Amino acid sequence: MSLWNAIAVGLKEIWAHKFRSLLTMLGIILGVSSLVAMNALVQGMENGARESLVAVGGLAKVRVEAQPVPVEQRHMRDLAVGLTMNDVHALRNSAPEAVKISPEMRMDGMNPTLAANGKTYRTFMTSGVWPIQAELMEHKIGHGRMFTEFDDEQARNVVVIGTGIRDELFGKPEDTGEPVIPLGRTMTINGYPFTIIGMFEHYESEQDRKARELREQEQRTRQAAGVTNSASGPQRSRGYGGGGRRGGFAFWIKNNTVYMPLNTMWMKMKSGQTNISAIPTLNNIEIRVADPDRINEALTQIRNVLMITHRGIEDFSFRTQEDWADQISTFISAARISGGLIAGISLLVGGIGIMNIMLASISERIREIGIRKAVGAEDIEVFIQILIESTVIAVIGGLVGLATSFGLIQLIRAVTPTDNAPVVTLGSMGLAFAASVTIGVLAGLIPAFRASRMNVIQALRYD
Amino acid sequence: MALLQLRSVSKIYHLGGEEIRALDDVTLDIGTGEFVSIIGPSGSGKSTLMHILGCLDTPSHGTVTLDGIPVQQATARELAHVRNRKIGFVFQFFNLLPKLNVVQNVELPMIYAGIGGRERRRRAEHALDLVEMGHRLKNRPSQLSGGQQQRVAIARALVNDPKIIFADEPTGNLDTHTGEVILSLFRRLSEEGRTIIIVTHNPEIAAVTPRRIEIRNGKIAERVDERLAGLDRAAAQSQSGPAPSSA
Ligand SMILES: Nc1ncnc2c1ncn2[C@@H]1O[C@H](COP(=O)(O)OP(=O)(O)O)[C@@H](O)[C@H]1O
Ligand SMILES: [Mg+2]
Repeated sequence: MSLWNAIAVGLKEIWAHKFRSLLTMLGIILGVSSLVAMNALVQGMENGARESLVAVGGLAKVRVEAQPVPVEQRHMRDLAVGLTMNDVHALRNSAPEAVKISPEMRMDGMNPTLAANGKTYRTFMTSGVWPIQAELMEHKIGHGRMFTEFDDEQARNVVVIGTGIRDELFGKPEDTGEPVIPLGRTMTINGYPFTIIGMFEHYESEQDRKARELREQEQRTRQAAGVTNSASGPQRSRGYGGGGRRGGFAFWIKNNTVYMPLNTMWMKMKSGQTNISAIPTLNNIEIRVADPDRINEALTQIRNVLMITHRGIEDFSFRTQEDWADQISTFISAARISGGLIAGISLLVGGIGIMNIMLASISERIREIGIRKAVGAEDIEVFIQILIESTVIAVIGGLVGLATSFGLIQLIRAVTPTDNAPVVTLGSMGLAFAASVTIGVLAGLIPAFRASRMNVIQALRYD
Repeated sequence: MALLQLRSVSKIYHLGGEEIRALDDVTLDIGTGEFVSIIGPSGSGKSTLMHILGCLDTPSHGTVTLDGIPVQQATARELAHVRNRKIGFVFQFFNLLPKLNVVQNVELPMIYAGIGGRERRRRAEHALDLVEMGHRLKNRPSQLSGGQQQRVAIARALVNDPKIIFADEPTGNLDTHTGEVILSLFRRLSEEGRTIIIVTHNPEIAAVTPRRIEIRNGKIAERVDERLAGLDRAAAQSQSGPAPSSA
């Protein structure tokens, strides 16, 4: 009997018991669709997490942070100088693995108050940095320019802001319906006036970008149709991160950047403070290493340099994105495993269902098997026929499951909105399909073996 | 060499420690083109003999040779092959597959012979024409009368052009008239030169066949019981068609 004949017989059997076959396939359908859907959701999460990781500088970025003097070095506390510009110069001269270095000095106090355009906004961080910081933090200028080394030397009162600050002080372009670019406008920081000379691009996750483009598209078509913007009622703030936060915390923070030249921060904002030292003291130093794969060597080198400038006192620490990357990996694999487990159980149940129905099927068809053998079917042909029948059930279930998975993804998204669009991968579809075929074959083995071993005479007598 | 040779064949069943000799030391030759009936009372071993002759079963002792092939030592796979190519079966209960239509049922042995779809269809239709069922190709077995089903079964037995056709009580489930029609069909096939072996306990059927083998308690009877074999009447009837019904 040819393969095609066996498949045709299998399809005929399934068609003859439509409802029973559908019930049998349900387990496989659920298993396959949950496998694909889970994978897609996890993949979406992973993509989102990695996107955020890149947005804050990627794995090549190291932050040196000031740190209290460790307990065992307490007696040398008076010698500890903290992070200073001396460290920056030393690193530039002696640590070739640190290819890009930017000092960062933050505004004192908790929340600097920004004011412009008749509005005020208490932001959480305002930093004085070198121009190269923009590059280190993966910033892109959207309008105007980044300040230059010349601006820094002159300690000019200039700032570059993120779109989050723009939104708070000058309004969102979504609300006004036209671009809001506050270049040349004056903004005060804790009362000191600054000129806005540049604005970064709006940062958002892939997911948010798509959603926003869709909204804009709809708005355009509505406007084209003559419908006025019908958003009604007073404007309201939805608090920190409302709306903008959805696309991921990392993007929200990045959009709330306020950068001024380091010297401006040092000379204009910190002068006259009582505890000030002669050497500018920093909050942290951002560094990009030459090669993220050799980050350990780079850290050793940086540490060696800093131990000299700090006279052996380890009042600094490194913060890399490795931990974050590891956390992402751990979380993602945990999510994969639990999703896989659910799908696996479903597939297993589906397989048991198929085996059950095949056992029922062969005991209903004992006489048929006897007849087939009497007219010349070999045992192996009967075996293969039953195996193919169970595989055909599983394959149909698998295909339906693949189709269903897209619906399942929509369902899960409707019930639990996530930040990240699920990503259906071909690999997961292939895996799920292969799993369903394998289960069909395995589930058919015992029934097929039984059918093939039936005694032809007894089978012919049976009724 | 005869087409079928049995030498000292026994078939022993064990039922709860008891030994049942369904066939006991049977030696028998059947030649090509013979038209033979195997007769005997119920439980005498006729079916068992047919199963062994038809390669559905292997003997406990003794040798069976079919068309030169030593069957008693063949594997299940070889037996399936012999059944497929050299043997056609007709059963008391027709044994058609209810889910297949008439022509598909007749095609079944050719599927296992690996014959292509078009050739299969052509030969199945030809075989159905021979049994005058060529006009019911698409019917399901359940839509046919018993006699029609048996004719389809005969077409299926013929379709691989086998050396021997076995029929186990082929009229046992039919009314007298239909049984006569089926029997005359076998006679015609025999006249065309086919080897046919009919198992029956009905003397009137046995009367039609030129050769009768009587089984009693698993052994071949020395002398055929004339009354049981219907010979007394067969002498008068054999010229003028099948034996009339006694029902
Ligand atoms: N599978 C079996 N197991 C045990 N005994 C059997 C089996 N098949 C047949 N027999 C016994 O063998 C004897 C011959 O049976 P069978 O060939 O069917 O007789 P017949 O066809 O002449 O009626 C009977 O006594 C029957 O009970
Ligand atoms: Mg019998």
